[in-house]
Amino acid sequence: MNIVVCIKQVPDSTHIRVHPVTNTIMRQGVPAVINPYDLFAIEAALQIRDTHGGKVTVITMGPPPAAVALRKALAYGCDEAVLITDKIFSGADTLATSYVLASAIATLGKEQPVDLVFTGKQTIDGDTAQVGPGIAKRLNLELLTYVSKIVAVNREAGKIQVERRAEGGVQLLETRLPALITMLEGTNEIRFGSAPDMFRAARAEIRTWDRESAGIEDLKKVGLKGSPTVVSRVFGPTPRAEKAQQIAFDPAAPQAATDALLEKVLAEIPKVGKELERHKVEAGAGANHE
Amino acid sequence: MSNAKTDKPIKKRKVKLEGDLLNYKGVWVLVESERGHVHPVSWELMGQGRLLADQLGVELCGVVMGAPGPELQAQCEAAFAYGADRCYRVASPVLADYRNVPYTQALTDLVNQFKPEIMLLGATTLGRDLAGSVATTLKTGLTADCTELAIDPEDRCLLSTRPTFGGSLLCTIVTLNYRPQMATVRHRVMPMPEAQPERSGLIVDVDPHLVETDVITKILDFVPDDQSGKPQLPYAEMIVSGGKGLGKAENFKLVWDLAKTLGAEVGASRAAIHAGWIAADRQVGQTGKTVRPALYIAAGISGAIQHRVGMEASDCIIAINNDPSAPIFDFAHYAIVGDCVQVLPALRKTFAAYLGKP
Ligand SMILES: Cc1cc2nc3c(=O)[nH]c(=O)nc-3n(C[C@H](O)[C@H](O)[C@H](O)COP(=O)(O)OP(=O)(O)OC[C@H]3O[C@@H](n4cnc5c(N)ncnc54)[C@H](O)[C@@H]3O)c2cc1C
Ligand SMILES: Nc1ncnc2c1ncn2[C@@H]1O[C@H](COP(=O)(O)O)[C@@H](O)[C@H]1O
Repeated sequence: MNIVVCIKQVPDSTHIRVHPVTNTIMRQGVPAVINPYDLFAIEAALQIRDTHGGKVTVITMGPPPAAVALRKALAYGCDEAVLITDKIFSGADTLATSYVLASAIATLGKEQPVDLVFTGKQTIDGDTAQVGPGIAKRLNLELLTYVSKIVAVNREAGKIQVERRAEGGVQLLETRLPALITMLEGTNEIRFGSAPDMFRAARAEIRTWDRESAGIEDLKKVGLKGSPTVVSRVFGPTPRAEKAQQIAFDPAAPQAATDALLEKVLAEIPKVGKELERHKVEAGAGANHE
Repeated sequence: MSNAKTDKPIKKRKVKLEGDLLNYKGVWVLVESERGHVHPVSWELMGQGRLLADQLGVELCGVVMGAPGPELQAQCEAAFAYGADRCYRVASPVLADYRNVPYTQALTDLVNQFKPEIMLLGATTLGRDLAGSVATTLKTGLTADCTELAIDPEDRCLLSTRPTFGGSLLCTIVTLNYRPQMATVRHRVMPMPEAQPERSGLIVDVDPHLVETDVITKILDFVPDDQSGKPQLPYAEMIVSGGKGLGKAENFKLVWDLAKTLGAEVGASRAAIHAGWIAADRQVGQTGKTVRPALYIAAGISGAIQHRVGMEASDCIIAINNDPSAPIFDFAHYAIVGDCVQVLPALRKTFAAYLGKP
């Protein structure tokens, strides 16, 4: 099996801070990690390789420091890595991103046909879940989104069976390779890299592709220029017209505050009173609750 | 995005629609159905779509897809009741269950034939799978998980607003020189419109020319979810939510206790879930559930934008936070500045006394 996994390096969300005065995002000093959702894709790919043989190639489109994420993926046991980086790729939205990634995957496919492409469900910074479907459509791959389980892979027959999380239940799907899978979170647990893999990762050569080596045919389709969407405004949320009413709280007499609060709420927001009334009536009638 | 200042346009944007793009008219809403059940987000979008269409002075159209049968007729009628002027009914046995390829092909063809300027879908697993695919085949822009949709009166562009990475900012995204403008919206973000059963409209039947033998992916089985015992946050009328400010896992019990007295559901911020204090399906916010209860009590929650967009439609928000400058006080209705470990038990006693419970 020749498997490609698309990963993205993202700022670790728990460390993101917003400047209190200028409302700008402060990225300086924020540690970068592999998009957490992509770890499930990496592990799923590695498991298929371990059972069926072949190799796993991780790719990312990003600035040169994104090589760190690729190296980390190699340490988990991925076989090869390609960094797709070029100034003209910057400012890409999901349509332009999927174009670059699809071109790179097609280029890899010329070396050896690709059987499976994995992406995460979504990124924690872009948060769109659009790049996976975009790549699949561009490469005309069968698309399997929100996959919760790889049920069976039959390499000889070129078939794969998966469970897919649909809105009201789980679909069991069978399709033909090559296919693209977006892996659902929580479906596996990323392994600890083995010592040999970690050593290899530290020294491994990471292929770096620019627009030409990635096989980009149409430069108008990449980066800011190739992006149909633009961010027209970034702004802070507006406070409600009226400030929240302060209920004075004295730790010595906590219930005085909460009694006063309930009285105010009942007087001012009839909908809450009505809702509470229902529960008064129902009281003791065995409300369905844990 | 990283250097954007508050409330300043990032750059001058000019819409330049040329040639065929000028022919794109009307607002479309995908009526999403799976196994005969229409996802309520479709009707919420119909309500929002009505406002957009009226502002643009164009038709609002529902797109109904599935296997031929009376269900599609009923869905068209429901779409009219919720505000549609017209429905495109795309019927084929191949569309009986959702699969990406035939749905993408049918919807792409429909767009190319009838040319809407705006297309809205629910941000469900189906909606996102389909929207991401159709936007790519059409080579147009798509904005995911919007929390607000509006029309720019100057250039008739769709303004799609969503929270942006960072925790306290929103961004407005526009699709300039491409049509249609596409957006997905989560369940419960937009209010449910009132159905008007007397409304009717025009049904346009479209044959998608799909052949089952052309479709590679087959559905072997479908196992419906067992909904019993699952939290029903989106429809709860009262919710008590806990955040990182609770300090430790044991303190979450105070949230459960208050919820039990009220007969309320329990929610949480993402930080509380990351801390492992409560199950992930209780997350409220941008990447969790969107809720619209009568009463929302937030204990030890800072009020980051991703949490706010999931609950700010609540009729009454009571916030308990020991930091008087916590952002949640900017949009809560009632504020108690104090330690939630002290306030929650007192609040429980107050409600217990009022409801006549122990
Ligand atoms: C792409 C993306 C998506 C996200 N989606 C979501 C989402 O869906 N839902 C969500 O909730 N978050 C989401 N987040 C995270 C969000 O930005 C915040 O980090 C999160 O909501 C913070 O949770 P919190 O308020 O519980 O924790 P904190 O921000 O740590 O706030 C804790 C609050 O408790 C107060 N406090 C401390 N001690 C006490 C005490 N003893 N008594 C009373 N108050 C006290 C503090 O003053 C503080 O205001 C998302 C982030 C990103 C980047
Ligand atoms: N720049 C990128 N390089 C490689 N893979 C990416 C990139 N952006 C997104 N992806 C992949 O696409 C998935 C969905 O991303 P998104 O559409 O941004 O939510 C991610 O989980 C990644 O697997």
